[in-house]
Amino acid sequence: MTSVILQQPTETKAPRKTNRGFIHGLITNKKAMTGMAIMLVFIVLALAAPVLFPDDPSRITGMASLEPDSEHWLGTTAKGQDVLALTIHGARSSLLVGLTVGFASTFIGILVGLTSAYFGKFIDEALSLLTNVFLLLPGLPLLVILAAFLPPGLGTVILVLTVTGWAGSARVLRAQALSIRSKDFVAASVVSGERAGRIMFREILPNMASIVMGTLLACVIYGIGAQAGLEFLGLGDVSTVSWGNNLFWAGNEGALLTGSWWVFIPSGLCIALVAFALALINYAVDEVTNPRLRKIHKAATTERSAAQ
Amino acid sequence: MRFILRRLGFYLLAFWASITLNFLLPRFMPGDPVSRMFARSQDRMQPEQLEALRKLLGVDDRPIWEQYAGYLQNILTGQMGVSITRFPTPVTEVISSQIGWTLLLGGTALVIAAVVGNLLGILAAWRRGGAIDSALPPVLVFIGSFPYFWLAMGALYLFGVVLGWFPIRHAFTDGLEPAFTTEFIGDVAAHLVLPALTIVLVSIGGWMLGMRNTMIATNSEDYITMAEAKGLRPGRIMLRYAARNAMLPSVTSFGMGLGFVVGGALLTEVVFAYPGVGYQLLNAVQGLDYPLMQGLFLTITAAVLLANFLVDILYVRLDPRVRSN
Repeated sequence: MTSVILQQPTETKAPRKTNRGFIHGLITNKKAMTGMAIMLVFIVLALAAPVLFPDDPSRITGMASLEPDSEHWLGTTAKGQDVLALTIHGARSSLLVGLTVGFASTFIGILVGLTSAYFGKFIDEALSLLTNVFLLLPGLPLLVILAAFLPPGLGTVILVLTVTGWAGSARVLRAQALSIRSKDFVAASVVSGERAGRIMFREILPNMASIVMGTLLACVIYGIGAQAGLEFLGLGDVSTVSWGNNLFWAGNEGALLTGSWWVFIPSGLCIALVAFALALINYAVDEVTNPRLRKIHKAATTERSAAQ
Repeated sequence: MRFILRRLGFYLLAFWASITLNFLLPRFMPGDPVSRMFARSQDRMQPEQLEALRKLLGVDDRPIWEQYAGYLQNILTGQMGVSITRFPTPVTEVISSQIGWTLLLGGTALVIAAVVGNLLGILAAWRRGGAIDSALPPVLVFIGSFPYFWLAMGALYLFGVVLGWFPIRHAFTDGLEPAFTTEFIGDVAAHLVLPALTIVLVSIGGWMLGMRNTMIATNSEDYITMAEAKGLRPGRIMLRYAARNAMLPSVTSFGMGLGFVVGGALLTEVVFAYPGVGYQLLNAVQGLDYPLMQGLFLTITAAVLLANFLVDILYVRLDPRVRSN
């Protein structure tokens, strides 16, 4: 019992210390900074879209299928819309849906994972079973089926992507929560009679902050990619401007066959850049929080300097 | 044996869940997909077919549990109704004419990606910090960030339209009779190159990184040191000692990878108008062909579950630890 009491203060102090180190680690990490810089550019562009292009981006502003020139920097579509305006306005919907889906599925993942790990036994069995079933059902066909039955709209896209996306994060978070659940300080909280919700969210959750962040980033990447896929199939809300819909129209209007590469390259490149930036931040979070990855790095450098 | 039975139970449960999902979706969704579909197809339908379809999709006055029992019975006996877009072909017939193409495309891509990816992973881990280990992973991660279908579009544009090296749509040239001749097989292979290539490109990074990471752990095992001390050839140690033991997680990923490939194949098939189940699924959605849509979803799910079950059986064969439990 004494060891438990002695351990508690150090455990509660520890997260604060690592948090400061965490932010410092991220700022000094080259991958994290590159990723965050790319994300910042896209977020600023998305926010500034109504200022940069005040008119409706799907308005016809020029001749059809113009190559990039000084007036239309990225050319025009087969309908005569400005590709640059479509791409920048597209960032709004794509980032919004990606972030919403990311937060929603991480939230469900946290709820399911923590409940599963904390209560164990039958609840754990049932929730794990549900998670595994959702993991195994082929995602994209399920997306297509769900989207086909629901009325089209942005809400539907977000709902459908969250339904198909939460299981992966729940599995990862459950595993992590399970290892923290067995720590002494959790046992101490249980013995001291704290409520289950408090232990789950105030004791266990803060100690898995980095893995929650990693999951969140992965979920946002999934959300943006899956939204684009769904919209490319024409199953999103075709009337909104987003990267996926831009690609849908590019495919529909035969941009590939007529050789209008400038119509489909920008939106795809944007999706890839955002996903890449988020992946970079994710790797950086891993490197900063996982001492093993850091040690290997250090050991390698000392080995090299010793060899010289 | 207990392990296998447990897994079998799990897969049956997952399949039941997908059937139930299929049953519930048209019944509890807002709006009325059924009447939309009826409006489109009523004039071509016989009264009794219409009645069967009503029952399949839940426009039906019976109590819900009775509907459910009837639905389960229909699915398990292979009665999935009649396709609307290809009226009056039964759904099962439409699916069986198309699943072969998806298996060909997905299977080829999966095998190539798994074999090449694992080999690259083995080499990267064996020469840690070498050319393959430092240059390839970032490149593959970057390629993996692109949307699946966008790479397919790029490949179609570059190799199909600009360079004209490969055909850009369908599984074989129109008008060619399917037959076991060298001409036809060559034609099918040429049509397969671009779709398969895009799936391989996107998925190979995962295989490589997964194998590399397990292999690095295996390389530090004592029996590797022992094998080196015995003076075995490095190639033999790499493949027979290290890689062989690092293969196990890759076997598991193979089952999971199949689900990924089926999903990815859907988008690739759409870009290349490849006549597989994914392309058909999209056509069914666009044509409001709900019976076909549901049949396709069930077929795809069943295929993924079956493949995972086969992988589990293989796993028991490969890993004695599972058997002794």
